[in-house]
Amino acid sequence: MKSWLTTTDHKRIGLLYFWTAFAFFLIGGLEALIIRAQLVRPEGIGVSAETFNQLFTMHGTTMVFLALMPLSAAFFNFIIPLQIGARDVAFPRLNAFSYWVFLLGGLFLNASFVAGPLFGAGQLSVAPDAGWFGYANLTSRQFSPGPNVDFWLLGLQILGIASLAAGFNFVVTILNMRAPGMRMLRLPPFTWMTLITQFLVITAFPVITVALVLLMFDRFFGTHFFLPSGGGDPILWQHLFWMFGHPEVYILILPAMGIVSEVLPTFSRKPLFGYTVVVYSGVVIAFLGWSVWAHHMFASGLGPIADSVFAGTTMLIAIPTGVKIFNWIGTLWGGQIRFTTALLFAVGFIAMFIIGGLSGVTHASAPTDLQQTDTYYVVAHIHYVLFGGTILGLFAGMYYWWPKMTGRLLSERLGKVHFWLTLIGMNLAFFPMHLSGLLGMPRRIYTYSPDLGVAGFNLVSTIGAFLVGIATLVFFWNLLRTRWQPVNAPANPWNGATLEWAIPSPPPVYNFTVIPTVANRLPLWQTERHGPMAPLPERPPAPIHVPGGSWWPMITAVGLPIMAIGALSHFLPVVLAGAVVAIVGIYGWAFEPFEM
Amino acid sequence: MAHDTHAATHHHTSMGLDSRKMAFWAFIGSECLLFGSLISTYLVYKGRSLVGPYPHEILNIPFTSFSTFDLLMSSLAMVLALAAVQRGDMKQGKLWLLVTALLGLVFLGGQFWEFSHFVHEGLGLTTNLFGSTFYVLTGTHGAHVTIGVIWLLTLWVQALRGKLGPANAMTVEITGLYWHFVDVVWIVIFTVVYLIQ
Amino acid sequence: MSEQGQAHATTGTYLRIAAILVMITLIEVGVFYVPAFQAVLVPVLLVLSAVKFTLVVMFYMHLKFDNKFFAFLFGGPLLLGLAVVVSLLFIFYGTVRLRTGS
Repeated sequence: MKSWLTTTDHKRIGLLYFWTAFAFFLIGGLEALIIRAQLVRPEGIGVSAETFNQLFTMHGTTMVFLALMPLSAAFFNFIIPLQIGARDVAFPRLNAFSYWVFLLGGLFLNASFVAGPLFGAGQLSVAPDAGWFGYANLTSRQFSPGPNVDFWLLGLQILGIASLAAGFNFVVTILNMRAPGMRMLRLPPFTWMTLITQFLVITAFPVITVALVLLMFDRFFGTHFFLPSGGGDPILWQHLFWMFGHPEVYILILPAMGIVSEVLPTFSRKPLFGYTVVVYSGVVIAFLGWSVWAHHMFASGLGPIADSVFAGTTMLIAIPTGVKIFNWIGTLWGGQIRFTTALLFAVGFIAMFIIGGLSGVTHASAPTDLQQTDTYYVVAHIHYVLFGGTILGLFAGMYYWWPKMTGRLLSERLGKVHFWLTLIGMNLAFFPMHLSGLLGMPRRIYTYSPDLGVAGFNLVSTIGAFLVGIATLVFFWNLLRTRWQPVNAPANPWNGATLEWAIPSPPPVYNFTVIPTVANRLPLWQTERHGPMAPLPERPPAPIHVPGGSWWPMITAVGLPIMAIGALSHFLPVVLAGAVVAIVGIYGWAFEPFEM
Repeated sequence: MAHDTHAATHHHTSMGLDSRKMAFWAFIGSECLLFGSLISTYLVYKGRSLVGPYPHEILNIPFTSFSTFDLLMSSLAMVLALAAVQRGDMKQGKLWLLVTALLGLVFLGGQFWEFSHFVHEGLGLTTNLFGSTFYVLTGTHGAHVTIGVIWLLTLWVQALRGKLGPANAMTVEITGLYWHFVDVVWIVIFTVVYLIQ
Repeated sequence: MSEQGQAHATTGTYLRIAAILVMITLIEVGVFYVPAFQAVLVPVLLVLSAVKFTLVVMFYMHLKFDNKFFAFLFGGPLLLGLAVVVSLLFIFYGTVRLRTGS
């Protein structure tokens, strides 16, 4: 137990990230199922409007910040040091700090579901309820007097710290901890996409930090940053949020693109088609991702010039994205394809992401977007890219890397059941939303009239959502089965080409008995140009120093939610107590001897 | 800080650069976006206050010029401290670290005086958009200076205890990067907030 | 391995840079008070400020002598931040005009 609390081992932190994020994924999924149950027929009466607002807000917030980002982080942690031939990340304690901050921030946000009585309200009444992008002035004290929005803004502020710390850590890890010979253009594509993602994190998160600070001042100290009554402009919130929010969607999708770029070559027995082009188009996507934020705001009346510019840049993004899609298809073309579950999910990713990408291009046109804004069409789009894209990609990664992470193989039979149920379920759930949206069903309504004519589509959506729920339980069962009925995995069960497959499954604590020297992009493969690298010795020829654990990252992290609780209850001494805990943690950390 | 993973400095790294320094430059890059967003907010709301006091009625250029001069001199003291530590002259190193921290304190004292003077003149945090944007932007900068002063004093105490030497030059260098960055942010604020009214 | 670099800058350089920084600050304040400069005040002040910024970053933060990669890590986000400021100003003043119809 203590060894897990103080761990600085990237592999353990990766597993902690995985299970924590998976738990939040189940919670977010449960929220989605309640939403769908409510909407299964017109004039549903399962939950009140107030509860419904909390459910969709927490569903969005949970999935984006507590499930998808940290599930990607689970792979960053576990896989990146292995792929670049390192013994750990550049800053192991900072890595532990990121995890604890993420966990505590997630618990803080979700505590809002049960914290009602502490604020003289009922259960299920103080969770965030202003939507996952918290538009002003729904978030103002005037229209949201309770602690709901405070939970949201303080929780996101905490989570931002976790992401930023991890961002600096992985930028340095990938650039500076590579094994000899691992040049930048020999990095596996997943590592490349992670590097690009982290650059987006360290540039985009400061913007949301500022936006949340301003919102905090509005709510706690009576300023008018987003309040027209004092001359402020609610539109500024939209700008700041989406300047973060659009890079954020690439933060969510690029790691999945990286995973798919690993899975497809392995199961096609072909190198990734156009590796350099895939890498550079990732860079271009990130760059353009910073220049399109206002396409979320066409309905706010930006004027013809801004509309045209942002419509143009948004359409441009389709080019590097399309390039990647052709490269993935080119990788499959003529390959000796093995239809494993990981490959099925990767192919599913390509197909579903194309649908989501195409509906995305339809919102790039400002006049069309005006028809689509705030309808279920947008909900359909975001779910095709974030579920059909990111989650299918992450599932591909789970089937691919689970043997490496745990030393146990997942059941392929259950995996295929999982895949087909997921694919059918998600299309039943999300495809009809395009149609209900175009017919005029607004998003975020807790009930609707039978006269709207969308009852049939909603019934199908709900059936699909529950199929996805069942599929996820099948997957959960598959994960648990690897503990109860283990099937041990060899070092390289899929005949992968990258360094993580050169070491046993699960890897020993020191990862590599000797740090490998890399001579090419596919070190474990026999190609026409080179043979596989020599196997590493089974035992380390020299003793390897492994750093011990540290309590300080967790102690420092604990200070943050204490400060947030103090702010939430408007009680300054608690804020100061939290600050003291964090400062003690930082000093303990700085003066602790910690040899790498 | 002082002893944090200085082992990493004598590790092999693939770019031949110190990992902590690289992380710190990335952090400073990230801070550019933080201050960029705050300055954007200030500029977007410029001239949109519904009631006074307005910037030209209240900002005190001679006084702030002195604060700017003070911070520039602290940057000079910081580079002198680093140079001294690097050549192993801990006597000078201690002196200049302390001078840097004291100049930082003078800046903070000036900011405290300025804020209380403004409040006295009727410009509170919530008075108008100018007050809100001004206090949040310069206050965030002031918070950075405060952290810098604590950091510098920590190093100075370490130096007094004989625990800071040329082997920790990288720690002092990183502290300096932070300090100079805080200085350049002030250079921008001085122009954008005070001089361009 | 404290990077190459520092050898290039000496105490004399540091003092000279400090003197230049102080002079520019004096010029800035002077320009501010001279009515004749009002028309070109904003561009002049922005340029002077940029010069000071660059001097501190290049010499005190050693970016001139240090590894170019640090310049990239700093300069990339810096340009991005600048682009954010400029484009927000464009968008905002554009939309305000649109809404007020002026």
